[in-house]
Amino acid sequence: MSVPRLDAIVIGSGLEELVAAARLAGAGRRVVVLEPRDSVGGAAAGEQILPGFRMDPVYADAGFLDPRALGDLELDRHGVSLLTPDPFLAAPADRGDSLVLWRDLARSRASIARRSAGDADHWPGFAARMETFARVLEELAGRPPVRPGGPLLDLAPFLGLGRRIRGLGRERMTELFRVLPLPAHDLLEDEFRDPLLKGVLAAMSVRGVFQGPRSPGTALAFLHHHVGSPGGVFGIRTVVRGGVARLADALATAARARGVEIRLGASVERIACTNGRAAGVALASGEEIVSRVVVSGADPRRTLLDLAGTEALDPDFVHAVRQIRFRGGFARIHLALSEAPRFEGISEAVPGVIAIASDLEHVERAYDDAKHGRASELPVLEARIPSLADASLAPEGRHVMSVDVRFVPVGDRGQGDYAPDALADRVVELLAERAPTLPGTILERKVLMPADMEERYGWTNGDPYQGELALDQLLFMRPVPGWAGYRTPIPGLYLCGTGTHPAGAITGASGRHAANAVLEDLGGAR
Amino acid sequence: MTSLGTRTTPFHSRTAPLVRGHAWRRWAGYVVPAAYDLIHDLEYAAIRGTAALIDVTPLFKYRIRGAGAAALLDRVVTRDVRRAKTGQVLYTPWCDPDGKVLDDGTVTRLGEDDFRLTSAHPNLRWLHQNAVGIDADIDDESEAVAALSLQGPAAREILGSVADRDVSKLRFFRATQARLEGIPVTLTRTGYTGDLGYEIWVGNDRAEALWDLLVAAGNPHGLLPTGLLAMDVARIEAGLLLIDVDYISARLALIETQKSSPFELNLGWTVAKEKRPFVGQRALEAERNGGSSWAFRGLVVDWDSLEALYAEVGLPPQLPSAAWRTSTPIFDGGRQVGYATSGCWSPLLKKYLALAHLGSVHAAPGTEVEIEVTIEHRRKRALATVTETPFFDPERKRA
Repeated sequence: MSVPRLDAIVIGSGLEELVAAARLAGAGRRVVVLEPRDSVGGAAAGEQILPGFRMDPVYADAGFLDPRALGDLELDRHGVSLLTPDPFLAAPADRGDSLVLWRDLARSRASIARRSAGDADHWPGFAARMETFARVLEELAGRPPVRPGGPLLDLAPFLGLGRRIRGLGRERMTELFRVLPLPAHDLLEDEFRDPLLKGVLAAMSVRGVFQGPRSPGTALAFLHHHVGSPGGVFGIRTVVRGGVARLADALATAARARGVEIRLGASVERIACTNGRAAGVALASGEEIVSRVVVSGADPRRTLLDLAGTEALDPDFVHAVRQIRFRGGFARIHLALSEAPRFEGISEAVPGVIAIASDLEHVERAYDDAKHGRASELPVLEARIPSLADASLAPEGRHVMSVDVRFVPVGDRGQGDYAPDALADRVVELLAERAPTLPGTILERKVLMPADMEERYGWTNGDPYQGELALDQLLFMRPVPGWAGYRTPIPGLYLCGTGTHPAGAITGASGRHAANAVLEDLGGAR
Repeated sequence: MTSLGTRTTPFHSRTAPLVRGHAWRRWAGYVVPAAYDLIHDLEYAAIRGTAALIDVTPLFKYRIRGAGAAALLDRVVTRDVRRAKTGQVLYTPWCDPDGKVLDDGTVTRLGEDDFRLTSAHPNLRWLHQNAVGIDADIDDESEAVAALSLQGPAAREILGSVADRDVSKLRFFRATQARLEGIPVTLTRTGYTGDLGYEIWVGNDRAEALWDLLVAAGNPHGLLPTGLLAMDVARIEAGLLLIDVDYISARLALIETQKSSPFELNLGWTVAKEKRPFVGQRALEAERNGGSSWAFRGLVVDWDSLEALYAEVGLPPQLPSAAWRTSTPIFDGGRQVGYATSGCWSPLLKKYLALAHLGSVHAAPGTEVEIEVTIEHRRKRALATVTETPFFDPERKRA
């Protein structure tokens, strides 16, 4: 066989894939990115609800953009700038004052104090503590996962982490290890009195999991979502001006500038193996492309079981891959609005998250319904109106709104209570209880069910994390124990998607770590 | 009749009245006759001299069908199943991902997409685990299919007298469907004795009728219902492995050193070269190239040496009446170099035989080693010679 012209094929053009491709190309490798859809960015590709009304179909914020992954790509030069929504979180209340959380700690305290003076006093300490913990997780996210029992060399980068953990002090460290496996419910019950505050924080803890706040490990998920939040305030997420799609475009530009070829409409049907090594791919069109390695951004199950096939894999490994839990469980409703909705009891425009989660019980019961196969009688919602902070997203005076509905199983492609229209109607009805003018201002709506996400992006069960954010599926156990190093049992086949450590929806870290593994195996840069 | 969690086979109504010594043996959750008579010598003689009828129902049996049936089995076992012709039977081990043997048995290609796998241990879960992405139906027919082993020089003639087809055309390790006086069976020219013989696979509902038929047809030829004790001697003579005795399944091994690769069990010939990927392939190819640290060989205990050791205490050599299965140290130059796992006195060969794991440098045929023997409560060492197996390999087995 002739020597492949290409060093690497990257499957998918999502953010991690683009980061990996750019890094490989930056090291002098010849790389082609194969994107099945006709726009770059995978799930980050932008769309319009109506002409001029822009939406990020499934992403919302900038996640944890690992500066180490993006640093040398000069994305700011390619037009990426970040915004910090303020207030970043609001919750319209059934009774009493609504809750509004700001960058300014004093304003948050004042808002909390109208509901509970004790909680207001407690908030700054809690926020600082959680931020410290999130920083430890952030440190872990920035490194490839350590292998327990692996060579000592593996541990070297963790000496720094060790110092960070020690820097926490004995008490805080003990507290961190106490908190990680806790149900978010227990953590929040411990800390606060106000049901609404606990409710909206609980709603954060169930992003990316199909578990209620009483499930163990949801405290970890709660912290996980604060990895990469801007310093000084706990709970804030930055957003990309112009939408996450801008980030994808910028990454594509940066990758192309380094010589990466991005082919659209190139759907990979099979990863081809020669002598037990990944040696290229076959496209749905029948075309075959040969390369030295294949780097897949598709989720581990799809990559290994569907694309590569089980023939060359050990049954124990296949079993482990089949055991990965994929339970995204959220639906996204996009609305094009003729005017910004006014939520009762909230006088300010809220460009951040507007949470509909009255208390812990609400969140847990919403999950209980879903757990037993029913639509949540009272769904948990997290809405955003990003155009309030970023006018470029909608025509002048108009707005776009996205609403995340938790606990929507992939089901049989959305039947009954889960029929997309029925779900959207219910959600709008629920929002209208707090924002009565909303229904009259809807110009258009688009609903993305988990099944749609699975179909569009190849996410098993519509799981945007490509594997639930659960304690047993993180760090050195992600995607499966023993194979957390971006390599797979098939030499030449690598994983770079969100299904690998560190499991952020947007980090760049997976792409960076995967590219490093590839370069290590190919003999470094040239 | 079931008691104490043991089960009986569909032949029980026929075998039980004949087990005069009440000697039963447990086998895969069943009880089957260990010996029908008080001693098993006549039954052994039937295997080698006339014909023996052995209830081998406790074997696990899996029917694998579908477009991916060959692919599934090929993925599991070490031999090349895709190359097997319809009507062919393969003896094969199968391994874990590290190339250590999990079990051994036969694969019979009953049709293009239709196979039967036999095994000593349950393998249903393992088959399912390997079937991910493969279009194959796996049916555990262990409790639906009964089996008799008809072994011995007269086996062909007995079978020929009741079969609807010419069984003399059925070659060694081949299979055919047949009717025996109207009873539908699968015949395979296989067995666990190293002799001319057949295994007859029948639905439970016709099991008793099959037994009656074969006993009647075999009677004029000296056929004897035969138990496991006699078969155990025959299988050692034939150099055939016994799981749990000669090797430990990698699935049950508690420590790494308890596991064995096919090469270490003298089954290197079953590890197909240039085969599509199968479980353990990478490790096995590495071992094929890099060599194995262990070998599995036959030992023939030196008679004069044994006689001299007994003479020291004033006894003639005392020989085991049945096969033993106690791990027994083997020495070379005073140092332990291995261990025997089964042994017996071969009444036919008039030799004291053993099967042994030996460090590979001590395993060349002809190597003189010592085997531990306990004589009057004292441990002694008798000379023994390393040999190839089988010890006994009659032409009629394949003819």
